Amino acid sequence: MTTLIKGARVLGGDPTDLLLRDGRIAAVGERLSVPGATVVDADGLVALPGLVDLHTHLREPGREDAETVETGSRAAALGGFTAVHAMANTDPVADTAGVVEQVWRLGRQAGLVDVVPVGAVTVGLRGERLAELGAMADSAARVRVFSDDGHCVADPALMRRALEYVKAFDGVVAQHAEEPRLTAGAQMNEGDLSARLGLTGWPAAAEEAVIARDVLLAEHVGARLHVCHVSTAGSVEILRWAKSRGVQVTAEVTPHHLLLTESAAASYDPVFKVNPPLRTDADVQALRAGLADGTIDAVATDHAPHAVEDKESEWAQARPGMLGLEQALSVVLETLVEPGLLDWAGVADRMSVRPAAIGRLDGHGRPLAPGEPANLLLLDPAARAVVDPAALASRSRNSPYAGRELPGRVVATFLRGTATVLDGEAQK
Amino acid sequence: MKRHLLEAADLDRADATLVLDTAAQIDSALAGREVKKLPTLRGRTVVNLFYEDSTRTRISFELAAKRLSADVINFSAKGSSVSKGESLKDTALTLEAMGSDAIVVRHPSSGAPHRLAGWVRGSVVNAGDGTHEHPTQALLDAYTIRRRLGRLDGVRVAVVGDVLHSRVARSNVWLLSTLGAEVTLVAPPTLLPVGVGSWPVQVSYDLDAVLPKADAVMMLRVQAERMNASFFPSAREYSRRYGLDARRMGVLSDDAIVMHPGPMNRGMEIAADVADSVRSTIVEQVANGVSVRMAVLYLLLGGAPS
Repeated sequence: MTTLIKGARVLGGDPTDLLLRDGRIAAVGERLSVPGATVVDADGLVALPGLVDLHTHLREPGREDAETVETGSRAAALGGFTAVHAMANTDPVADTAGVVEQVWRLGRQAGLVDVVPVGAVTVGLRGERLAELGAMADSAARVRVFSDDGHCVADPALMRRALEYVKAFDGVVAQHAEEPRLTAGAQMNEGDLSARLGLTGWPAAAEEAVIARDVLLAEHVGARLHVCHVSTAGSVEILRWAKSRGVQVTAEVTPHHLLLTESAAASYDPVFKVNPPLRTDADVQALRAGLADGTIDAVATDHAPHAVEDKESEWAQARPGMLGLEQALSVVLETLVEPGLLDWAGVADRMSVRPAAIGRLDGHGRPLAPGEPANLLLLDPAARAVVDPAALASRSRNSPYAGRELPGRVVATFLRGTATVLDGEAQK
Repeated sequence: MKRHLLEAADLDRADATLVLDTAAQIDSALAGREVKKLPTLRGRTVVNLFYEDSTRTRISFELAAKRLSADVINFSAKGSSVSKGESLKDTALTLEAMGSDAIVVRHPSSGAPHRLAGWVRGSVVNAGDGTHEHPTQALLDAYTIRRRLGRLDGVRVAVVGDVLHSRVARSNVWLLSTLGAEVTLVAPPTLLPVGVGSWPVQVSYDLDAVLPKADAVMMLRVQAERMNASFFPSAREYSRRYGLDARRMGVLSDDAIVMHPGPMNRGMEIAADVADSVRSTIVEQVANGVSVRMAVLYLLLGGAPS
């Protein structure tokens, strides 16, 4: 199968043609002409390497009413992703080689993105003893990222052992940083607004204290640490300090923490309930600056589909989490590219190159150059659209961006040379 | 008046004063009558939807609606379809389908009345939501202060106790400051919310320093379960530092009143001889609660059925 992309602006550069053949980029140059190739007109479109998500909840197995590997893969492809890491908090939990291989196989069957399972750090996410991390690493799913996401590995001794143990197979522990004793019953960011709304506060210190502890542990044992969904200005400061000391720490920020603030909670509409919670405008600004200067390595969606009944309820009864895959790139455009904080190379770095490196994914996050795997997307940066949850490919509708106009439209996505999205439509 | 009464924070001075004035009119209209009933809401249906046990508030609303000649349905979360897992939304739509004009809701989750108001066409009255607000309690407290002291403007009110978990305190903070009173919150720092600095109040940790300057002292109930979560070391220490006993009552100015939303922990936040003193408005508050709730239902539902 041969595809000729005409006139794309690679990383926002001058228009050029890309020839995709046999899953790879065969040629890049001006006025390429190949008889029999499928031609894709990319006039005015920006070409980026396919996005890599370090943090996706696909809900299968267990909550197929909220999302499946297939529907989540479709949402991912439409968002410009070519690889997603599927979080381990499924039912059953992905804490054995059997479950991670099941998720990996479902991803292959769907064939829309590379679904890379994340393995649980502890058995049943219970934070008591290590899951068989080596077995998951050695399985067909080739797990490298381990996380109890949704729960913090709160026990410091257990966290230390996990950090050490995964060094044997170049793994990384992705920590959901939340000191559980400080967040019992917590519903939203603790501050002026939580005081007024009467919602139990989730203090920034509960995140920052765990990150501070973990970077010291990672330094002590010489291990890799990844911090999930950083949400506070203080966390950015701690990460900046740790990196200046040479600690092997990486971090991600979600699109919603880059765009939305706690003020959304004043509606008591649980579509805005998420863990960690939406924070203040000062936090949002610090997260944008941290992503721009590289203190935060990656944008990760924390795409968290929930069935209607889990959101159409009282705030406290609702499950935390929001959709993200289909709007992630648009939010980065809105919050970083358009204000001039990040250029197209920066977008590729934070949404593809670095997340692929953190997850040790071969074949993703590569330059758009001859001989490289043909994983890429074409984006119309000039398009603007109002988000309609009913039009999303996700099986769930809990988008915090409903009714909001956002810039950018993913026109096409290619996974190893095959179009998963064309003209903004999923190809299967 | 708006369609709903969800929080004291969104009552402006005119609306709040209208409720108090209406309650006063109702009181004088019923004074000395043998049949304490007005025909105003005949044919209208008020549902008391209570997800928490609160016999006092439920009875107060029930009496208020009945004295306005409304039909009243009491829907308790216990022993109903709710215990079988029915959602708040489904319950609300069911009640509305049966023809309810107003839903009076008590719920353990902050914001539940706001959610309800988005789902139903009728009026929603917040009868206490989680640790958020209890606006009719604040209205009856304001009504009680105004009756006893003759005014609200410039009145110095000390609110003492577990502000962190108190919907009564939150509603009083907003309503009393809207009506011109000067509120001082008195509590151990553990029982004040982070963010209290943004409220239109003074904050003190020292009850003895506040009492001589107070025109009204509102004691909040302290829940026993707070003791096990290290908000304070012991009931005895709490009572010594923040309880209102006869000695402390002695430093109050001559006209100062002592209030409590009930139910009281006698001997904990308030001593028996204080609760039963002539300064105490506690029983009066209960009576005023019915009048104020009549005023609220009248203003939200008043007039002919639509």
